[in-house]
Amino acid sequence: MNQKKSNILLDVRDVAKEFDVSKPWLNRIIERQDKQILKAVDGVSFTINRGETLSLVGESGCGKSTVARLVCGLYTPSRGSIHFDGVDMAEAEGDTLRKLRARFQMIFQDPYASLNQRWRVGKIIAEPILVHGLGKPGSALNKRVGELLTQVGLSPLDAEKFPHEFSGGQRQRVSIARALSSNPEFLVCDEPTSALDVSVQAQILNLMKDLQREFGLTYLFISHNLAVVSHISNRVGVMYLGRLVEVADTNRIFTMPLHPYTQMLQSAIPDLKMTGKQRTPVAGEVPNPLTPPTGCAFHPRCPHANERCKRERPEMIDHPEGGQVACHGVEEKRINMIKLAA
Amino acid sequence: MNPPLLQVKNLRIEFPTRRGILVAVDDISFDIAAGEVLGVVGESGAGKSLTGAAVIGLLEPPGRIAGGEIIFNGKRIDNLPFEEIRKIRGREIGAIFQDPLTSLNPLYTIGRQITETIETHLALTHAQARTRAIELLNEVGIPAADKRIDHYPHQFSGGMRQRVVISLALAANPKLIIADEPTTALDVSIQAQIITLLKKLGREHGTAVMLVTHDMGVIAETADRVAVMYAGRIAEIGPVADVIHHPQHPYTIGLMGAIPNVGDNNERLAQIDGSMPRLTAIPAGCAFNPRCTRRADVPNQRCTTERPGLLPAGMTQAACWLHAGQSGKRSEAENEKKSDENRKMVSV
Amino acid sequence: MAALINVVDSFRRFFDGDVWYSFKRNPLVIVATVAALIGILGAAFAPWIAPHNPFDLKTLNLLDAFSPPAWSELGKPQFWLGTDDQGRDVLSTIMHGSRVSLVVGICAVFLSMVVGITLGLISGYVGGSVDAFIMRVADIQLSFPAILIALLIDGVARAVIGKEHHDQVAVYVLIFAIAASGWVQYARTVRGSTLVERNKEYVQAAQVIGRRSLAIMFSHVLPNVMGPVFVLATLHVGTAIITEATLSFLGVGVPPTQPSLGTLIRVGNDFLFSGEWWITVFPGLALVFLVLSINIIGDWLRDALNPKLR
Repeated sequence: MNQKKSNILLDVRDVAKEFDVSKPWLNRIIERQDKQILKAVDGVSFTINRGETLSLVGESGCGKSTVARLVCGLYTPSRGSIHFDGVDMAEAEGDTLRKLRARFQMIFQDPYASLNQRWRVGKIIAEPILVHGLGKPGSALNKRVGELLTQVGLSPLDAEKFPHEFSGGQRQRVSIARALSSNPEFLVCDEPTSALDVSVQAQILNLMKDLQREFGLTYLFISHNLAVVSHISNRVGVMYLGRLVEVADTNRIFTMPLHPYTQMLQSAIPDLKMTGKQRTPVAGEVPNPLTPPTGCAFHPRCPHANERCKRERPEMIDHPEGGQVACHGVEEKRINMIKLAA
Repeated sequence: MNPPLLQVKNLRIEFPTRRGILVAVDDISFDIAAGEVLGVVGESGAGKSLTGAAVIGLLEPPGRIAGGEIIFNGKRIDNLPFEEIRKIRGREIGAIFQDPLTSLNPLYTIGRQITETIETHLALTHAQARTRAIELLNEVGIPAADKRIDHYPHQFSGGMRQRVVISLALAANPKLIIADEPTTALDVSIQAQIITLLKKLGREHGTAVMLVTHDMGVIAETADRVAVMYAGRIAEIGPVADVIHHPQHPYTIGLMGAIPNVGDNNERLAQIDGSMPRLTAIPAGCAFNPRCTRRADVPNQRCTTERPGLLPAGMTQAACWLHAGQSGKRSEAENEKKSDENRKMVSV
Repeated sequence: MAALINVVDSFRRFFDGDVWYSFKRNPLVIVATVAALIGILGAAFAPWIAPHNPFDLKTLNLLDAFSPPAWSELGKPQFWLGTDDQGRDVLSTIMHGSRVSLVVGICAVFLSMVVGITLGLISGYVGGSVDAFIMRVADIQLSFPAILIALLIDGVARAVIGKEHHDQVAVYVLIFAIAASGWVQYARTVRGSTLVERNKEYVQAAQVIGRRSLAIMFSHVLPNVMGPVFVLATLHVGTAIITEATLSFLGVGVPPTQPSLGTLIRVGNDFLFSGEWWITVFPGLALVFLVLSINIIGDWLRDALNPKLR
């Protein structure tokens, strides 16, 4: 157990994030409305080991993008703590924080909005290097930018171009080059291929895997696409309405999903192999995150829900088949385990 | 043999710009039979949305149809004056677009929007139209339809809105529906619901559907036949099972290999090097040839000089010189062997 | 070397682009640009190229006073547009006057831009109470007419500095007054664009990298919000010149030792009804054409830069 602990690069403990989305004070007084708090993330805990890829998967409103931003320091948690390589992010200040920031980077979903239109690509990629004091402007820097561009499959001459001269997939490569320029150990990837065509997605996923192998990178990969997640992750975390419902090795999650929501997500994947599988159509829709259901957030849509599910929020517990699940039905062994074909 | 409901012949769509004329769709032909679901799949820039827009007469200027014919129910519709097209639109051909938020007018109740469509195209009284609207909403799975008919679009969630849009498309009982990326903006579980709904309605009403999407998974579940588009041309067209399991065109083979599948066990995804050419720089000959690994197998460098038409290739048709000289259909076994060979030769 | 290549490249991009294309196809704008250029260059080089020096008292001859324009009967050929009551050549006074008008106008606009852009950026990026405060100040200022604000500042300056010194700093006070009445439009526009830009992922990327807010505002956001500012500035130059002319006409603008077009119009106004029309009409026409050309350019620029209209 102790050996494993030192291997942990990211340790997220009971993190929550609330947003105040109430109407302005005057409106509230006049319309007699209460304050409205959006619990985007409501108590999420997980760890990521060095060199592995953990994916967070879920539908809209589940809070996975918010978790990504919390991990990167773009938001401060309302509760809980985030430890990067043993250091509590909330306590780090000034120089320590800056050094910490050099060790992780983020790749975003939208290849068009994630690069500054007015900057040349070379300047975009060099920014982390200059900000963290890892280099000075000059020929050495240009050489390094050229190297980075080559590593992501572009040409060093592309440093002089502007983002709008590139396609979506190429821009995403530039984003990856920027993320790598400060020699980080950890990359947070927020749906990096969702806006790309299928063939381009394949190129980018292959590239990311190659880079991970070459540089020993650790990834937190956010996606709503289960098939993509199955290709790139070692472990998968399933989120629903701000909570983690199941975390396990990729193989276990896809061959034996335990949580009813995970099972439903699996069956919702379009059947490309045309096995003619019968699905239990998923009932209902994701509820309004402003008024989440009591107890287990999934109970209104769950075929196995009972009274306890409506009252009590399930905790994440270890499961003998591997990983953790937050479900009363699984804990009470009420739900049949389905073994899916590998 | 009944004539097909929709016949598109040699359709060409151009965009005049100050840098010259861009050809967005270059001489494509396909048919849709009554009650059939044809999937039109391709990546961005392939021209599939434009094709859909051209069929329903909603091509935005400066884009224009520069050649070919669109024949619906035996009558030519691409050259009709605006008034005639307006009558066909809605009554004979319906449309579902990608974004349910902007497809509905936020200022009117959905009941008003549906009854308006019904009254425009069918000779029903207002009361009859309202009854029909409630029926439609029930059919598409809106709970408590008789109450929700008076709600505004913003009171529905994304998936519900898309159902309302589908009911609007079906309101006047059209024979053909053009669905342009109907599930792309929706969550995976809602997507599954909508796909199931579309299939059910198609069967029950006998409506033909032209389903335009980039998602092969949706096509696999919904379509009977599929056309794969690349750079404004059709690369391959045929029955869905055949195109997916035994693709004959190197682009289709590459595309199928690039799609991740659960349970593939972390292999490297097959990738097609390079990217789709921009409209200003479409290669001579076959548009896919610079990225194709099988180019050397065709004698006389034909791929770089001559553009292939759709040639019979096993159970499908592929626009590829590899299949020149094939005639008639091969047997299933031969077909499988051929596509396995092709698959091995495409880069991994 | 790399910098030079960048500059050459930027020129090449500009002439290749949509804006230049739109310019070439618009004859009115081309004429307006030429007219504006003539006016500006004439004003800029006035001390060297004006046919006479209207401020050199030694060259003035009262006998030349009130000469009509050169093409009329009693006109003198060396005074193309006639002379005024002191024998000063009207054309030369127009050129020198335009110089003052343009300097005041352009400097006022520039100052306005700097203040307005900075406040707009801070307002949009920081948000919260800072944003609310700046916008309320802007709202309050907008409820006063620009001329009144300029008059107010000018009046205070006169009272504070005293009459003798006032003439020396009058131009600076004027520039400040006009700038103070004009910054709000920049602030508002920039704030709006900043609100849009700050939610984009490239700003978040810079935050993840660890850049400070001020650096992000000025190096990342600013280049992306400058577009509409150029259009505003072009149109504002016209307004600033007119404001200055109005103030000078009212007698509270530039001192008589540095007459601007406004001063000339005022001075000439006295002689309008005794028949010497050219003393006020020509400066008036010069003002009209200058501002008109600039406005035409500004209008065209707004449409040319609007991506939705391309």
